[in-house]
Amino acid sequence: MNENLFTSFITPMMLGLPLVTLIILFPSLLFPSSNRLINNRLVSLQQWALQLMSKQMMSIHNTKGQTWTLMLMSLILFIGSTNLLGLLPHSFTPTTQLSMNLGMAIPLWAGAVITGFRNKTKASLAHFLPQGTPTPLIPMLVIIETISLFIQPMALAVRLTANITAGHLLIHLIGGATLALTSISPTTALITFIILILLTILEFAVAMIQAYVFTLLVSLYLHDNT
Amino acid sequence: MASVVPLKEKKLLEVKLGELPSWILMRDFTPSGIAGAFQRGYYRYYNKYVNVKKGSIAGLSMVLAAYVFLNYCRSYKELSESLLDCFASGGVSPDRVGLVHRLI
Repeated sequence: MNENLFTSFITPMMLGLPLVTLIILFPSLLFPSSNRLINNRLVSLQQWALQLMSKQMMSIHNTKGQTWTLMLMSLILFIGSTNLLGLLPHSFTPTTQLSMNLGMAIPLWAGAVITGFRNKTKASLAHFLPQGTPTPLIPMLVIIETISLFIQPMALAVRLTANITAGHLLIHLIGGATLALTSISPTTALITFIILILLTILEFAVAMIQAYVFTLLVSLYLHDNT
Repeated sequence: MASVVPLKEKKLLEVKLGELPSWILMRDFTPSGIAGAFQRGYYRYYNKYVNVKKGSIAGLSMVLAAYVFLNYCRSYKELSESLLDCFASGGVSPDRVGLVHRLI
């Protein structure tokens, strides 16, 4: 059953050349930079969205944390645009590959944690023990908090991969089911088609929400550590 | 027939058919030349369709349509093979044969 379904997740190569590099670089074409005060509609729209997101996300940080604004805004733009482009027919979504999401999550998380350990060592170590725990529980709780700390980058990466991959798979499956049902029972096919439309709307939302969640969590890890 | 303008500086539409092979060979195929060609192409499109006072959705949509088309060309081979399998198993894709048999 499976070969057909997963062919859209294979890394695209053409004649042995990695096309995937071009596909990852493609969203940068859609975000032109501009030096002017008053821009064309595309750039104005993007600047408005960027201002909204940066105000919403970076207001909780202090001065040191706000130096990460560029990184976090690029992150949310990249993940959002890559996910949305993946909803186009026949396209390849790089964020379905766990390797890429790990490559984004681990350095960002590690950067936040190491910044915390270097600059506020006592406070960072204090995070391992929540306030007000009864004394006999302390050893176990430290172990649990350590595990939960190290699981953060894995959770970030796997969350993004699983959400996007699952959404794409569902679209493939329900679309295929609709096609197969048209010859058997058109009313059921119509119902399945409506489900497909609702699912596509959900996928648009998920694409943007996942970008937001990823960036928000990185910013939270940063907030703990600056 | 001597050209008034040197061959190298002519644009493509001004080159006569007989001069075409030598024109192609004279183009700058160094990496910086190719990068320059991409940059010129990008700015031509950008300034014509996007960087205007009242740009519309068409500027962005044409880019996305071209992206879809290129991805289709890239995955044409797999798609045609899976279509062959589909017609071989009676009008339904091979992984859904079981579903159809159970529904009939």
